[in-house]
Amino acid sequence: MRKIRFARGLSDYQIKMAFIMPTMILLILMNIFPLLWSLYLSFHRYKASIPNRLPKFIGVRNYAQLLSDPEIWEYFRTTAYFVVLAVAAQFIIGFGLALLLNRDFRYKGFVTTLILLPMMLSPVVVGLFWRFILASDASGLVNYFLSPLLNALNRDSIPWTTSPNMAMIAVVIVDTWMWSPFMMLISLAGLSAVPKYLYEAADVDRASGWFKFRRITLPLVSPLLLIALLFRTMDAFKMFDIVYVLTHEGGPGTATETVSMNLYRLAFRSYNTGKACAMAYILLIVIVALSNIYVKYLNRLREA
Amino acid sequence: MNKSFIYIFVLAISTLIMLPPSSNAQKPLTVVWAEWAPADYLDELSKDFTAETGIAVEVVQIPWGSFQEKISAAFVGKSDLYDIVIGDSQWLGRNSVGGHYIELTEWMNENIDVSSISDTAMTAFAEYPKGSKEYWALPAEVDINGFMYRKDLFEDANEQAAFKAKYGYELAPPKTYKELRDIAEFFTRGPDLYGIAAYFSKEYDSITMGFQQVMWSFGGSYGDPQTYKVDGYINNEDSVKALEYYAELIKFAPPDAPNYYWQQVLDAYKAGKVAMAMEYFAFFAGAIDPEQNPKYYDKTGFFIAPKGPKGHYISIGGQGMSISSYSKNKPVAKQYMKWFIQKDVQEKWAMLGGFTPHREVLQSETFLNATPFNQAFSESMPYLKDFWAVPEYADLLEVCQTNWNAVMVGAKLPKAALDQIARKHEQIFEEAGYYDE
Repeated sequence: MRKIRFARGLSDYQIKMAFIMPTMILLILMNIFPLLWSLYLSFHRYKASIPNRLPKFIGVRNYAQLLSDPEIWEYFRTTAYFVVLAVAAQFIIGFGLALLLNRDFRYKGFVTTLILLPMMLSPVVVGLFWRFILASDASGLVNYFLSPLLNALNRDSIPWTTSPNMAMIAVVIVDTWMWSPFMMLISLAGLSAVPKYLYEAADVDRASGWFKFRRITLPLVSPLLLIALLFRTMDAFKMFDIVYVLTHEGGPGTATETVSMNLYRLAFRSYNTGKACAMAYILLIVIVALSNIYVKYLNRLREA
Repeated sequence: MNKSFIYIFVLAISTLIMLPPSSNAQKPLTVVWAEWAPADYLDELSKDFTAETGIAVEVVQIPWGSFQEKISAAFVGKSDLYDIVIGDSQWLGRNSVGGHYIELTEWMNENIDVSSISDTAMTAFAEYPKGSKEYWALPAEVDINGFMYRKDLFEDANEQAAFKAKYGYELAPPKTYKELRDIAEFFTRGPDLYGIAAYFSKEYDSITMGFQQVMWSFGGSYGDPQTYKVDGYINNEDSVKALEYYAELIKFAPPDAPNYYWQQVLDAYKAGKVAMAMEYFAFFAGAIDPEQNPKYYDKTGFFIAPKGPKGHYISIGGQGMSISSYSKNKPVAKQYMKWFIQKDVQEKWAMLGGFTPHREVLQSETFLNATPFNQAFSESMPYLKDFWAVPEYADLLEVCQTNWNAVMVGAKLPKAALDQIARKHEQIFEEAGYYDE
């Protein structure tokens, strides 16, 4: 009875606040405060590893130094190259798989689950076992299986992770293996939502398979595909773990040094906290800008 | 059961939970180190300390790949997780200036016979700034970069004759970098056998530790330790020649050599892929262990890093014991360190496989004969040199690692890479205020 009286004693506003406040407090502590604090630090010279040296205000010098450093631009180019290759490959493979799976057949659920397995693994574990699969000598599984062909062609083992030209391809292969299932999953959700009667109507009109794909499937699935692309682009732009493990911290040289890899070095190797915060903000702006392009396109699609 | 009884019961339980642990219960001493054989030896050795004092010692081991990050993260968070940190020599600057290590100068002068410890070890592992006689650590494990080789190949009569016919001198463990290159070239017969495995990787300090000793021995240097000027030192003609030499050496290594750090080098050697392998002495135990290296454990010889055209320098490894500023167990930590450096404890440390910094023990027959590689270790002692130990060492190291590894894979030319390092290092020193009047 006392409980009921207590509940009755609260106004709607108070109940609303009681529900909202825990989340708000958590968000402020875990998201808003670090965001503002890191913004503050990005305008200071500060190393977290030397806490007895207080942050020294240096204006936009951290940003200026980063943006005028040719190496940073090289890391952005490397990241962009990776994002384009990996996301495109994942899109093609993922959507292709979804088209294949979008029909009824025996063990469909089991096959779908099997295909989804890679994305359920930890990226570090994935990087580690692909490091062995793609070892640059004959001990690597891929090189081992290719060795008869390579010997016949009188070619050496493929230097997957030790050649600057091949290392990025290796990272793209691994990321594609891991994340194509995600593209497939979203595409499959989109495909199964397309009303069957549209295809039946098209069949009555004797429309070709290509026509049905172009005029029915693609327009109806594209909003979901765009969302999947948006997620993958944002995620690929932050590529760190696979590169860290597979190509031994962004190697060889700077061949797979992504922006996130470099950010990690600045933040947790050099403990150049001020500069790392500035770098994180630059990365944030780039990702937000990229996302906006997608969202605008998505809205346009919806309006159409 | 009435309500007041329940309230009292709950209150009593809560009080018990919230009470601090009994002051009589001695908190175990936590020593943190990298995950490797010497840490196992220390764990074993520490049992004697526990037997003597009743204080438990927990040796926490962190994999090398995340060792630096985990310790730094604990320090940044002012964590009391670790009492004693056995950290790399390069860390001294950052952790002393950053206030993470407590200063031990007074305590060491009063409690430790500093003269009983090797000067090289004191300078490398204890002192910051160098030459200041301010101590932040007690040398624990002296490590040195050395080489192992396949005796079965080197002592094969056919190989010896073929080598002499090709190079005009006897096949024997190399004494100069020119000989090292010749032998590496001679044994390169891929895909099953290559001449050498060395530190070429971009990981942590790998290629820097492997290459810097070549650079010094060719006449190059990191810079002027007084003025912190780098341009004209690290990118001078001698350094360029040294880097060209090191880039040539990788041609005599297995195809995956650009990723070689200590583990990969050891694996390549144990797999019989290479005739010679560069490695820190502390890892050599794995090469003579029949379980770990069943094929070549009894066919392995050791030699010290060769000399170059302009000198003889060898990369120092190893660590010193420092007390965390955030430890709540500082007196016990000091008690442990005082115990550790005693001669009889150091003798046991050496017998277990540790590389003692104790001068007398280092020179004793017992130490020299303890393993097949201790003789080479002892011979290497006079030639030791270290990387910058300034608080900005990690920034400096990253630049070296990236650029030198890029040269190894042909992505950069030696001169361009060294010019880039010089420019970046001076930028780091400038930002840190080393050039301020």
